[in-house]
Amino acid sequence: MPDRTIHTLLIANRGEIARRIIRTCRAMAISPVVVFSDADADAPFVREADAGIRLVGNTASETYLRGDFVVQAALRLGADAVHPGYGFLSENAEFAQAVQDAGLVWVGPSPSAIAAMGSKIQAKQLARAHGVPVAPDNTVESLEEIGLPALVKASAGGGGRGMRIVRAAADLADAIASAQREAASAFGDGTVFVERYIEGARHVEVQVFADRHGHVVALGERDCTIQRRHQKVLEEAPSPAVGPALRQRMFAAAVAAATSVGYEGAGTVEFLLDRNGQFSFLEMNTRLQVEHPVTELVTGLDLVELQLRVAQGEPLPDRVLSGMATRGHAIEVRLCTEDPYREYLPSSGTFHAVEFPPIDGVRIDGAIESGTVVSVFYDSMVAKVIAHGATRAEAARRLHVALTRASLCGPTTNRALLLDLTARLTAIDDEVDTGWLDRQDLGAGPRPSAIDIAAAALAVVRDHTAGHRFPIAWRNNPSQLHAQAVGPYVVRYRFDRADLLDALDVDGEPIELDAFTRDQLDRVDARVIDDVVYVTGGLFALVVPPRFTPPDDAGRSGSTVAPMPGKVVRVLVAVGDSVVAGQALLTIEAMKMEHQVVSPTAGIVSEVFVTAGQQLDGGQPLVKVDPDA
Amino acid sequence: MPVLPDRVIETDDAFRASRDSLLRQIAAHDEQLALVNQGGGAKYVARHRARGKMLVRERIEALLDPGAPFLELSPLAAYGSQFPVGAGAVAGIGVVEGVECMISGSDPTMRGGASNPYTLKKNLRVGEIIFENRLPAISLTESGGADLPTQSEIFVPGGRGFRDITNASAAGIPQISLVFGNSTAGGAYVPGMSDYVVMIKERSKVFLGGPPLVKMATGEDTDDESLGGAEMHARISGLADYFAIDEMDAIRLGRQIVKRLNHRRLGPPPRGAGLPPRYDAEQLLGIPSADPKVPFDPRDVIARIVDDSDFDEFKPLYGTSLVTGWAELHGYPIGILANHRGVLFSEESEKAAQFIQLANQIDTPLLFMQNTTGYMVGKEFEQRGIIKDGAKMINAVSNSRVPHLTINMAASYGAGNYGMCGRAYGPRFLFAWPNAKSAVMGPAQLAGVMSIVARQSAESMGKPFDEEADANLRRLVEEQIERESLAMFMSGKVYDDGIIDPRDTRTVLGMCLRVIHNQPIQGTRGYGVFRM
Repeated sequence: MPDRTIHTLLIANRGEIARRIIRTCRAMAISPVVVFSDADADAPFVREADAGIRLVGNTASETYLRGDFVVQAALRLGADAVHPGYGFLSENAEFAQAVQDAGLVWVGPSPSAIAAMGSKIQAKQLARAHGVPVAPDNTVESLEEIGLPALVKASAGGGGRGMRIVRAAADLADAIASAQREAASAFGDGTVFVERYIEGARHVEVQVFADRHGHVVALGERDCTIQRRHQKVLEEAPSPAVGPALRQRMFAAAVAAATSVGYEGAGTVEFLLDRNGQFSFLEMNTRLQVEHPVTELVTGLDLVELQLRVAQGEPLPDRVLSGMATRGHAIEVRLCTEDPYREYLPSSGTFHAVEFPPIDGVRIDGAIESGTVVSVFYDSMVAKVIAHGATRAEAARRLHVALTRASLCGPTTNRALLLDLTARLTAIDDEVDTGWLDRQDLGAGPRPSAIDIAAAALAVVRDHTAGHRFPIAWRNNPSQLHAQAVGPYVVRYRFDRADLLDALDVDGEPIELDAFTRDQLDRVDARVIDDVVYVTGGLFALVVPPRFTPPDDAGRSGSTVAPMPGKVVRVLVAVGDSVVAGQALLTIEAMKMEHQVVSPTAGIVSEVFVTAGQQLDGGQPLVKVDPDA
Repeated sequence: MPVLPDRVIETDDAFRASRDSLLRQIAAHDEQLALVNQGGGAKYVARHRARGKMLVRERIEALLDPGAPFLELSPLAAYGSQFPVGAGAVAGIGVVEGVECMISGSDPTMRGGASNPYTLKKNLRVGEIIFENRLPAISLTESGGADLPTQSEIFVPGGRGFRDITNASAAGIPQISLVFGNSTAGGAYVPGMSDYVVMIKERSKVFLGGPPLVKMATGEDTDDESLGGAEMHARISGLADYFAIDEMDAIRLGRQIVKRLNHRRLGPPPRGAGLPPRYDAEQLLGIPSADPKVPFDPRDVIARIVDDSDFDEFKPLYGTSLVTGWAELHGYPIGILANHRGVLFSEESEKAAQFIQLANQIDTPLLFMQNTTGYMVGKEFEQRGIIKDGAKMINAVSNSRVPHLTINMAASYGAGNYGMCGRAYGPRFLFAWPNAKSAVMGPAQLAGVMSIVARQSAESMGKPFDEEADANLRRLVEEQIERESLAMFMSGKVYDDGIIDPRDTRTVLGMCLRVIHNQPIQGTRGYGVFRM
């Protein structure tokens, strides 16, 4: 392909990565243009782009996965190149080919390289042939040569979707069926395979870069061992588990893997590293990784810029070719709209406030701003918070502070878990492997302090009385404290005639109103938005319960309701079935994950309100179980 | 803008003495309030709760909008009488769904919520306030009926209460009855006359005659539920418009009803921003003199209650014993008449009469701030026509049609009580500070007058005058008059709408002003003949 200067770049992606690519476009004086779904029409990345074309529909398969539409849009928008970001069409060889066939520059490796690495089955064979260490067993749908535990994996895609660990042979069929469904939904390809599951391993990956002039270099490794259900949660560079000698061996293996397919552009070779320092090839991602910023922070490079230059036919710059010196340590966490303390239940809705106070060494790659609506249709990751420091401890501290001081008032996020991880990071090295987080008993998560709760209730009271002419809850004959419920708590209070707090208790526990507690109460960031109080920068969202419940609503208890908007995949019970507490009633799919709705109680199914395939609103009744007497 | 100066010196001995004295009086009042709030006492409160019922004050709190104010009226009714202080009923003005309502309820922990003569007085006053101020009324009904030993004082005048309900209804003032328990016999006419009735499952009992009476009268065997249960009234008799499943549900329905009343104020909205006064209301405690004989400058009080301490004084150089002028309070324009040096002379009377006419001309409510010992007596003043001039003031007050509010700041003696719009002159609301006194004259003067009359009588009959007995009598009379002139005594007789902490004056007046603006503010254009 001839060398070409890119003037207008179509970003075939959304969210934070689209904004990230736009940033580099601005620095390189390239005009960024986008495609977007109905649900994303008001998203920041659409506004920040110079032009865009709306693709009718919401689901990925209607929009961001429609390669034909994307190519048409690129042509219509006058783009001369397409950057696929990660996910969606980024590792779709046919799409890469279609882009090139349309006369556009494809920012990524050749379609053949994508295809070779896109099939994990084929990639492993290639890697093995080029002397890269590969996991001991590799076969399809049979445990004969693998043993247990085994891992069912989607051949296409990544990100942990379509992946299931099997510990009992009897579970294999279910795991395969479920992984196939998820893979088909996520990647449009339901092919799965089974391999030996290596317990106790760390996930270490190497960032490689190759240009059209025969250069293939390794830019550094990233450690992404802290994962939940095979999705990375925290990534850092360099890896705390890799010394100089091991690093050299891993770099060499990564370069060999890339060379095996005539690679071009940015790629990542993923390895599992066991406790003995042995590593084996996992897969190669032929695209920019989500976690690329940690490499950028320790190398000082702009990897998107490098991608675009390579795509334009330029050679990698000398300082990249001459071996990168890294500087300090960088850590990234993925902020997702999901609740780690409720089975990672995803949430959606409006972020009323999104604020990250500037902190030295901290970078935010975010998809959201104040006012952004997070839909149910796409990935739950809404921002990456990345910190750089001279040492790992310093980077961790900065990251922790950034997460602490952020305001995120909106759907539930995993921030509390990220706070916990960043606080403990340097203390858990000995225990961590890719399954570590899933083995932790996370419990119910942190609870707001009494001061937080009180401040939340008082914010509600002040919100109710804003604009009132008279002192708050003024009484000429004060006979009792006034009550304000927030979440499951009841706060009782009294103000004096000058609107100074006079008495306060939380669930009957008095709070002594000395100068210190008064100051603490004043400092709590508590914002009332509709019927929710967001406390301590949104770390806790306390729903203000209605003061009165009409009897009809109270009568509806015993019904299970949809925990979130989504789609019914399967209904597992029928009217008349006897169920036990915790038994699965049906499966719903939301945010591309399957969730089981379980019976809150033992009893008899008296009504089933939904059918398979039905689209659900959050809170919609699903199944009514009459409890056993 | 004439902002009143800050002349209070907190370190001043007189200020401190006044403050100490007033704080003691507030504490004594608070003690009585605490007594009222205990209801019928721990035993009856516990019994009430054991039945799963909320206390009347809890019901009111639940009914109010969160954070909204509640102005309880006459909490000390029956103080100084044989009946428990509070008169077994709670009434006050509170905000429900953004609408100021009169909320009243009997306290079933106090003798079953039975009405005694003071309950009746309090309730009739509540009815008056509802009617005069177009206040939607919510009655929390649970009462055992009349206190039978005093039925003779209640039965005949008590009928007025039911008439009040329907008169208010006819005047377009919605009447809502939430029936929490028994409301039988005469009490059945509270829901009976109301516009909206909410009854509670298995709780409300509304019938003219209970099962024993029915058995005696007709021989029929019946039970409470079929005679007057909520279910029956909601499904069969139709007396209940709403059927609540429990107390909170009844309160929810009460709020729902108010929300749909489409209530609008007929008076003008506040005109100003309602800026707070420039000076601390706390200082009001040190302003009224500890010694009632020492006058104080009402401008210092006005400076701590009106918006931005901004007061346009009218006729400041004439009749200086009475301060008159214009201000805004919580944004509402008001005319203020405030006694300065106690005594009202001819000039003060004429000034007041003119000022009241001006307020009527421009439809502006009036605030009377009492600290008066009455009209001046003496040969010179009688000859100059103090009666005629006082009559002009009383004429003006009596025939004024703008709403009046009265605060007794310290003293309200003699005909000064009339000229300064005492209870008999129909102020929309009248509140007293805890230090306030009201009587026909001061105790010493009254005892002295009685002594002089007795001495003259003895002389005219040629009898010896018993000096020792006279001194004793004077002391007794003085003590009695002093006691009967105190704020709590007056409040016990429901001669005011309550005693308020001076620091709450602005809030109380602000709430009253909002309430009186439910009605159009329309002054009179004509007066009785002024005696010149």
